[in-house]
Amino acid sequence: MANIQGRVWKYGDSINTDVIFPGKFTYTVSDPKEMPQYALEDLDPKFAGGVQPQDVIVGGRNWGCGSSREQAVVCLSEAKVGAIIAKSFARIYYRNCLNNALPAIVCPEAVEAIQNGETININLKEGKIICAAGEFNFPPLPEAVMEIFNAGGLIEYTKKRLEAEE
Amino acid sequence: MPLTFAEKILAKKAQLPKTVPGQIVEITPDVVLSHDNTAPIYGLFQRMGGVKVYNPDMHAVILDHATPAPSTKHAENHRVIREFVKEQGITNFYDIGKGICHQILVESGLALPGEVILGSDSHTPHAGVMGAFAAGIGRTEMASIWAIGQIWLRVPESMKITVNGTLPIGVTSKDLALYIIGELKADGALYMSVEWHGEAIGALPLSQRATLTNLMAEMGAKNSYISPDQLTFNYLKDRARRDFEAIYPDENARYAVEMEYDAGTIEPMIACPHTVDNVKPLSEVKGTPIDQAFLGTCTNGRLDDLAAAAEVLEGKKIAPGKRMIVIPASEAVYLAALQAGYLETFLKAGAVIESPGCGPCMGNHMGVPAVGEVSISTANRNFRGRMGTKESEVYLASPAVVAASAVAGEIQHPKDI
Repeated sequence: MANIQGRVWKYGDSINTDVIFPGKFTYTVSDPKEMPQYALEDLDPKFAGGVQPQDVIVGGRNWGCGSSREQAVVCLSEAKVGAIIAKSFARIYYRNCLNNALPAIVCPEAVEAIQNGETININLKEGKIICAAGEFNFPPLPEAVMEIFNAGGLIEYTKKRLEAEE
Repeated sequence: MPLTFAEKILAKKAQLPKTVPGQIVEITPDVVLSHDNTAPIYGLFQRMGGVKVYNPDMHAVILDHATPAPSTKHAENHRVIREFVKEQGITNFYDIGKGICHQILVESGLALPGEVILGSDSHTPHAGVMGAFAAGIGRTEMASIWAIGQIWLRVPESMKITVNGTLPIGVTSKDLALYIIGELKADGALYMSVEWHGEAIGALPLSQRATLTNLMAEMGAKNSYISPDQLTFNYLKDRARRDFEAIYPDENARYAVEMEYDAGTIEPMIACPHTVDNVKPLSEVKGTPIDQAFLGTCTNGRLDDLAAAAEVLEGKKIAPGKRMIVIPASEAVYLAALQAGYLETFLKAGAVIESPGCGPCMGNHMGVPAVGEVSISTANRNFRGRMGTKESEVYLASPAVVAASAVAGEIQHPKDI
């Protein structure tokens, strides 16, 4: 998990959850395995068929704004997207990423520099992004949150806590 | 040290003398809200090894997103939820037709001053209208609260919005909120706690204050707060489910951002396709043809919203070939609108009245647009595809403007029909 290498799918500012995972599917598609086929359907119809494990999504400001629907994260984590790098994240989307152990990286400088389609490297432990334009650093996750992330997501984290309580 | 509302309430809940922005605290919320997503959250809860919920009395479960069920799949979802609440002994359960979750929390006295409300819905900040700390969260973290009763929260920076003066006649809190969102943009309050101050806010009825806190989700806010006053306490008198203690920000609290507006300069505003921050004055958008007008939602489906629309529609007809859909925000609103004669006005004008719930707001059912059609709506979102098809456009406006546009068949000011 420490190192991610993947192709970049680059998008703009204020990409909302309605275009990441359409609302009309929120109560008809319930199996996480089925979610990737609708990912970014209303934004980039080529994405769902073309995405490869470890690919990286690069977005502008306020990625994931709008509805709190977690499917907008799960449709990407189930597609094995390696990370999302953005100038900023909508807060519920950001929380949903961490809770699903999908790295959400805030790094405005890297977003400016990274080109669509290039292959980049991310070192999560060192907080480093390496792309054609150079190297960029980002701050590590807060410690309290790292615990959830390290457990592999909130489901595993809570499971362990419940077991510990028994 | 003087504290903002968010810093103060999170300190109290975390049993700390104070908190600062950026600090992570672990707290137990007073109310957890879930709606039609209760069944998938239950699935996550079970995957965590959960058997019995931490505290059944903490829950409010309200069916509103696709009610009555538009398909067998939706109906199965509702069935699972009914079994879940029964099995877990959850008494704050509101079945189909009772109303939209945010409206129900307020009406049923579950949204209380000085309490923390977390909901698996992005418009949960709505409940801040009663002086609560109310924030939206995701499904997995909701399931985790059900299991262990706790969640981590980051203490947010605070934004103070002061609105002085008086809104002109015919201008509503919807116009004020849209104006501010247009100025500050969709990430203008990202991760922040937005506090409303000023005489113009105090002068608003609770229902219009709720439109403000509701819409702050569209500016990226974590929560939005209005100081409880006599109006709040009177409303809660025979309604509050338990004793509560209001929390107020300190006089000299430090805010990350302070904005000041003059209500007297606000005019009717429209959020144009395809973002809520693409806001223009009505005067610039007038004359845009529409196919459908939608009056309802948690943002503007309350009694005074229906009253404003009924006043416009009285004795008039929806334009030939156009449609208008009316959905009261709750059963109580529906009944009051019936008794006040508004529903008769709507029917005589040619509008379609549907049962309380979210309706076509997020494209589920009850009047979704066709490809190429244009809607004008009192809702809070107009993202591409929001109402079902990405090949349609949604304009957002106040109830009176939506009603006037239905009569004109194009976006129109009530005084010009």
